[in-house]
Amino acid sequence: MAIISRGFGSRRREADPRLPPGQYLTEDFPVLSAGPTPKVSTDEWRFSLRTEKDMVTQWTWEEFLALGVESIETDIHCVTRWSKLGTNWRGVSLDAVFAGIDTDEDYAMIHSYGGYTTNVPMADLLGGKAWIAFEFDGSPLTPEHGGPARLLVPHLYFWKSAKWVRGIVMHKRDEPGFWEQNGYNMHGDPWSEERYW
Amino acid sequence: MTVSAWLPARVVSVTPTTPHARVLMLDVPGWPGNLPGQHLDVRLTAEDGYQAERSYSLASSGGGARVELAVDEIPDGEVSPYLVREVRAGDELEVKGPLGAYFVWRADDPSPVQLIAGGSGVVPLVAIARARIAASASVSPMRLLYSVRSAGDALYAEEISAFEDRGVTTTWVYTRTAPDGWNGRTGRVGADLLADAVWPPTMDPLIFVCGPTGFVEAVADALVASGHDAGRVRTERFGGS
Repeated sequence: MAIISRGFGSRRREADPRLPPGQYLTEDFPVLSAGPTPKVSTDEWRFSLRTEKDMVTQWTWEEFLALGVESIETDIHCVTRWSKLGTNWRGVSLDAVFAGIDTDEDYAMIHSYGGYTTNVPMADLLGGKAWIAFEFDGSPLTPEHGGPARLLVPHLYFWKSAKWVRGIVMHKRDEPGFWEQNGYNMHGDPWSEERYW
Repeated sequence: MTVSAWLPARVVSVTPTTPHARVLMLDVPGWPGNLPGQHLDVRLTAEDGYQAERSYSLASSGGGARVELAVDEIPDGEVSPYLVREVRAGDELEVKGPLGAYFVWRADDPSPVQLIAGGSGVVPLVAIARARIAASASVSPMRLLYSVRSAGDALYAEEISAFEDRGVTTTWVYTRTAPDGWNGRTGRVGADLLADAVWPPTMDPLIFVCGPTGFVEAVADALVASGHDAGRVRTERFGGS
C-alpha cells in the first residue's frame, strides 16, 4: 500500500517522457566528485589502452583527436537524481579508439587521473554508444566537469562517464570500479534504476 | 551494509534550526543502520500518486530505527520547501538507504580527522563529530572548520559550540556578516586560513569537505596546493555550478 505524504504535491515539476524513473530535470550542471579536481594539461595528457596480451597503445592529445571527432547531442542522468536534457558534446567515439585494437575481452576498466576507476562492459562502449569527450556546449571541458577529457556513456548513470580519463584496461570478468566498490550498481542503467547494490 | 528497499518513515519531530532549515527526526522501522557521513533517499507521494525523490545527508549514525536529517530549503525546489515548511510530526514518507560508502568515518581509524563544512554541508560532518565523541575508545584527534554566511545561517550552532568541551574544536568563519564583537575569522576560506585551522600535511590527516560546489572546489584545490595528499581529501558537493 502506498505511503501518502500529507500535503505534498502543490508545487510539482512537469513530467517529461525523456526522464527515467525517479529523476528530475535540472538546468544546472551539478558537480559530484569523490575528491579534489585533478589539473591535467592537454600537453601532458596521454590515453593508454591495455589489452589481455599486455599490448599497450598510447595516444597524445593530437594523435587522439586525429582518430576522428564527432558531435553528440544527448540526455544525461546522474544517480543523485538530476537529469539534463539535450546536452551538446564533441568527442572521439570508442568505436574509433578500438578500431585497430585486438582484444576479445568483454569488460573494460576505465582509469582516470586522480585514481578514479569505473567498470563498463564492452557492449555498452561500442556501437555508437560512448565517446571520450573534450568539449561541452562549445567550450573545452572544464576541470571540474572532467577536463581535459572524460568518458561519455550517456545511456548509463553519469558516474560511469568517468572524468579525467587516461586509459582503459581490458578485463575478462566484470570487476567493480571505485563507486561500484562504494555502494553503487555494477551496470547503472537509469531506465531500470540500477542505482545501488 | 546493503541498501534497504523503500521503507515507511514517520516524522517524529520537526525543529527549526535556522529561518530556512529544519531538523527532522524520523522513525524508520527496519532501518539497517548507517555509518557517519552517509546519506539516504527520500520519496514523497502525493494523493494522486505523483512522486518525487531526493537525497539528503544523515546527521545520525549507528543502528536503531531513529534517523535524523537536517534539510536546508532550496527556494525554487520541489521537495526541500515541503520538508522545511510543510511536513509535521505524524506525517509519513519513505526512505531508502544507507547510501555511499566512501564519505564515511570509521571509529577504528586512528588518523587525525579534519572536517571542513560550508553552509548546510555541515550535516554529515555533525554525524562524524557526534560519532567521534561517542567513540570513547577512538584516539583520532578531530577538528572542524565551519564556514557560514552569518551566525544565523549555522545549522546545529549550539551543539557545535558544545563539541569543544568534548574534544572536537571548531573554527568558525563568517563569509558575509560576523556577530557583534567577533574578532575571529571573516571572509572567504583561503590558503592562509587553511594553514591555521587545519591539521598540517605532516600529520597526514583524513579530510572531509562538504558544501556547495564552489566552496568545495576552492578548499580542495587549496589543500592540495598546500601539500595535502589528494587521496586523503574526501569531498561531497551539492548545487549547480
